[in-house]
Amino acid sequence: MSSDTPPTVAEPEGQAPKPAPARPALTTKAGLGDRIFGGSARGAAVFILILMAAIAAFLIYQAVNAISEDKVNFLTSFTWDPDGNSTNGVPTFGIAAIAWGTLVTSVIGVLIGAPIAIGVALFITHYAPRSLAAVFGYIIDLLAAVPSVVYGLWGLLVLDPHMGGVSRIIEDVLGWIPLFKTNGTYGSSMFTAGVVLAIMILPIVAAIAREIYKQTPREQIEAAYALGATKWEMIRLAVLPYGRNGVTSAVILGFGRALGETIAVAMVLTTVPGLVTRILQPGGNTIAANIATQFADAFTTGRQALIASGMVLFVLTLLVNYAARLVVRRNTRKAGA
Amino acid sequence: MPRRSQDERDFPVKFQRYGAVAGVAVAAALALSACGSDNNSSSSSTTSAAASGSAASSCPSGTLNAAGSTAQANAISQFTKDYQTKCPGTTVNYNANGSGAGVTSFIQKQVDFAGSDYALSSTQAAQVTSAGRCGSGSAVDIPAVAGAIAVIYNVPGVTTSLNLSAKNLAAIFDGTITTWNDAAIAKDNPGVTLPSTKIQPFYRSDTSGTSYNFSNYLNNLGGFAAANKAWPGKAGQGAKGSSAVAAKVKSTAGGIGYAEYSYATQNNLTFANVSNSAGSFVKLTQANASNFIAKAKIEKTGNDTKLAFDYTYSNASAYPNTLVTYEIACGTGNDSTALPLIKGFLNYVVSDSAQSELTSLGYVPLPSTVQTADTATINSLS
Amino acid sequence: MSLSHPSPIRKVKNSAAMVLMALAFLVALVPLISILWTVISKGLKSLNGDFLSHSMRNISPQQTGGGAYHAILGVLEQVAIAAAITIPLSLLVAIYLVEYGRGRLAQAVTFFVDVMMGLPSIVAALFVLSFWILGLGFHASGFAVSLALLILMMPIAIRSTEEMLRLVSSALREASYALGVSKWRTIVRVVLPTALPGIVTGMMLGIARIMGETAPALLLAGATDSINGNPFNGPQGSLPLFVYNSSQSSLQATIDRGWAAALTLIIIVMLLNLFARLIAWWKAPAAAR
Repeated sequence: MSSDTPPTVAEPEGQAPKPAPARPALTTKAGLGDRIFGGSARGAAVFILILMAAIAAFLIYQAVNAISEDKVNFLTSFTWDPDGNSTNGVPTFGIAAIAWGTLVTSVIGVLIGAPIAIGVALFITHYAPRSLAAVFGYIIDLLAAVPSVVYGLWGLLVLDPHMGGVSRIIEDVLGWIPLFKTNGTYGSSMFTAGVVLAIMILPIVAAIAREIYKQTPREQIEAAYALGATKWEMIRLAVLPYGRNGVTSAVILGFGRALGETIAVAMVLTTVPGLVTRILQPGGNTIAANIATQFADAFTTGRQALIASGMVLFVLTLLVNYAARLVVRRNTRKAGA
Repeated sequence: MPRRSQDERDFPVKFQRYGAVAGVAVAAALALSACGSDNNSSSSSTTSAAASGSAASSCPSGTLNAAGSTAQANAISQFTKDYQTKCPGTTVNYNANGSGAGVTSFIQKQVDFAGSDYALSSTQAAQVTSAGRCGSGSAVDIPAVAGAIAVIYNVPGVTTSLNLSAKNLAAIFDGTITTWNDAAIAKDNPGVTLPSTKIQPFYRSDTSGTSYNFSNYLNNLGGFAAANKAWPGKAGQGAKGSSAVAAKVKSTAGGIGYAEYSYATQNNLTFANVSNSAGSFVKLTQANASNFIAKAKIEKTGNDTKLAFDYTYSNASAYPNTLVTYEIACGTGNDSTALPLIKGFLNYVVSDSAQSELTSLGYVPLPSTVQTADTATINSLS
Repeated sequence: MSLSHPSPIRKVKNSAAMVLMALAFLVALVPLISILWTVISKGLKSLNGDFLSHSMRNISPQQTGGGAYHAILGVLEQVAIAAAITIPLSLLVAIYLVEYGRGRLAQAVTFFVDVMMGLPSIVAALFVLSFWILGLGFHASGFAVSLALLILMMPIAIRSTEEMLRLVSSALREASYALGVSKWRTIVRVVLPTALPGIVTGMMLGIARIMGETAPALLLAGATDSINGNPFNGPQGSLPLFVYNSSQSSLQATIDRGWAAALTLIIIVMLLNLFARLIAWWKAPAAAR
C-alpha cells in the first residue's frame, strides 16, 4: 500500500485552508512491526529454499559420484554390487532389475486398484443412499490412515499365505504368457506386492474421484435422464466424460504413490538373484525396497549408489506427478464446454 | 473507535482454546515420559549365572553401542540381560543387522565394537586405517561366540534329520536340484519317504558371516563358489537376517535355509546331517561342533586372534559346518568414555560364567586357549 | 427408443452396473475389514497396561512380557520435535507465499516445494544418513529421525497452509487495510484466525502421516531395547520400527508383541485423524455442513 498524506479538505474560495484535524494516519507506512514480520516471513522462505536446494544438490552430487565409479552401465545392468563384494572391490551396479520391479509392482497395483477405486467412487456418489454416503466415504478414507508398516505386517502374515490359491488360478488361465508362468512355487511375489499396493492407493484414487464425480453438473445429469437414460447410461453419458481427466489424473497420482512405497513392499517381497520375469513366483525387488534392505551393509560407494537409485525414483515420481497435473490442466482449459 | 470484528473479538478466546489443548498435550507428554519402566522382571529359562557376582568385571555406567552378526544375537541377548542385571546403570544396545553391516557401522564410528562371523578382511582393515577409526592403530578380532550352522528345512512329512552332502547342498543352493525327492537326495537317505515338493532355498540377502562360513564349507567340500559374505548362490530367495531366514523356512513348505543352531532350536526346525571331508554324515550336536572347532588353527598376529577351520578334519564326530563370531574393537584409540564399557562387557562375554551359558543357548563354548588369549587382548585394549 | 420403457438389454446392463459398483465397494471393504479385524484381534491379545508401560530391556525375543513403551515414547518425541520445527517454519513460508511473495523468490520456493512433495521417504532418510550422521559425524538418534520427518512434513504443511490462507477472502484483508491496520497485524489478527481451523487440520493430518513413517526410523534410529528419553543422544525406540522388526521373526512372543504395537500405532494415527476431522467439521461454515 502506498503512503498517502491525508487529503486536505477543500475549503471554499477566499478562506485559508484549515489544517487537517490531528487524527491518527490511516496510512500503512511500513512500521517496525511490519518490517520484522515481513522480514521473518521472507527469511523463512529463503531458509527453506536454501535447505531444499542444498538437499537436492547434496543428493545429486552423491549420485553422480557413484555413477562415475560404476564400472558397468548404471541404467542397464541387473547386478547390485556397488561395494564389489562379489567382484573383487569393483563397483558393479545398475538399476535395471530394481527399476523394472518398481514399475511392474506399481502397474499391477494401479491395474487392480484403479478400477475398484473408480467403482467405489461411483457407488458412493450415485448408488449409495444419501444418508450413508458420507459414512461410506469415511470408511474408505480409513484405509488411507493405516500406516504402511501395518499394511506390510498384514500383507506378510495374512495375505501372502492366501495368495497361493489365487496365483494358481491365474497361472492356469494365463500361464501361456511367460510372465505368468511359475515353477510351482507361489507367494512373496511381485503379484502379492502389487495387490498390497492396490489396497494402499485405493483410498487416494477413490477420494479424489469422489470429489470429481460429486461435481458433475446437475444439468448434464438431468439432461441424460430427460432423454430416457437408465442410471448406468446416465453415468456413462454425463458423469464419466466429465470426470475423465480428473480421474485420470487421480490414477496417475496413485501410480506415483505406489512407486515410492517402501516398507510394505520390502516386508512382502523376498529378493532373488537376477531379473524377475515371473510375477507369480516368489521374488522381486523395487528401488525403494532395495534401499531399505541394503543401506546398512553399504559402505561409501554403496550408499552413494543407493542415493543414485533413489534419485532415479525421485525423478520418476516427479515426472508422474507432473503428468498428472498436465492432464488436469488440459481439462480446465476445455472446461466450460 | 472502529468496531472490532467478531473474529477479532473471538481471537483471544480461540487462541486460548487452542492454547489449552496444546497445554494439555504438553502435560500429557511430560507425564508419559515419566510413566514407563525399564524394569522387566525376566522369568528367564536360563538361570542368570552372572547374578552371583563375578568379581572380575567392573560396572562402568553408560551406554555401549554395538552392531553386527545375527548368528551371535541370541547369545548376546542373554549376555546383555546378565550384564544389565548385574550393572543396572549400563545399557548395552546390540543391533543385529548382520556381520557386514556391523563392521561397516564400526568403521564409520557409529558403534563401539562390531560382531562379525568373519575376521576383518584386508580391505576392511585398510578401511579402518584410512578412516582413522582407531586413531593411528588398528582393530583387533576377538573370537567370542562359537556355534554351529544348522541347515534347516521344512519338508512335509519329514521329521528326522536328513543326510545332505555338501555336494547336494551346493546343487540345491545353485538350483540344479529342485525337488525333495531328487535321486541324489534319496540315495543318501534310504528308507525316508521324500515328497515331490519343490525345494525353496533361502539365503541371506544381507552381507552375512553365516553366509561366509556356510559358503566356505560348501566351497571346500562341495564344489560351491568361493566363500563370500554376499551369498554367491545362483538360486533361492533372500531374507534379511538369521531370524527372517528361520521364519521363512518355518512358514514355507519345502523351504531350506541356513542359520546358527540356536535359531533351529528356537523354532523347532529340523536340520540336516552334513558330510565331512571323508564323505560320512555327521549329526549336528554341540559336542560334535565343539570337536571340530577345537581343531581350528589359531592364527595370532599381535593382539589379533583368528580361527581357521580345518575342513580336511574327517573325524566322524566332528560337525564341519561351524562358525565363530569375533568381536571387533579397536586395539588402541578407543573412545575414552566407551573403553571401560567395552572392556567390561567383552570381559564378561569371554568369562567362564558367560561361556558356560552358551550350551543351553544353542552355541559352543570357546576352547580355553582362545579364552585366555581373548582375556589378555581385552585387557590390553586402550 | 422408448423414453419411459427401456429395452430389456438396457435394463440388464443397468442392473449389472449397479451390482458391479456395489461389488467394487464390497471388494474394497474386504482388506479394510481384514486388516482391522486381524490387528484388533491379534493385538488385543497382548495389548495391556504392562505392554504400554514397559520396554524390552532384559527380555529375550522368545520370552513373553516386556512392551513397547520405549518405542511409543520414541515415536512421540521424534514426531513432536519434527512438528515443533515444521509448524512455525511452514506457517511463515506459507504466509510469505500468500501475502508477500510476488517475485522470483516466491516462484523458486513454490517450485522447490512442489519438487520436494514427491521425495520418497526412504530418500529423505538416506539424505539424513549420509549428511547428518555419516557426513557430520553424529550418531543414530531420535533427532536424526526428526530431521528426516520434518523434510517430509515441510512441503505438505506449506502447501496445505498456503491453500487455507488463500481461501480467506481478500475482502476481509482489504477491509482490515482500509481501517488502517498494518499488514502484519492484519495477517496475525485477521487472516490467521480465520484460516486457523483449516491450518490446524492440515498440520494434524501431516503429523498423522509422519507418525506412521518407518523408513526414517529404520535408517536413523539405531537399535535399543531400553528407554531413551533423550532424542539427541543415543539410539531411541520407534513404534513403526518396533512393528517392522517384530515382523522379521518367527517367534510367537515377538509376533504377538508386533501385533500389539501395530494396534497401538493404528490407534494413535486414527485418533489424530479423527481429531483433525472433528476440528474441520466443527469449524466449517454452517453452509458446508
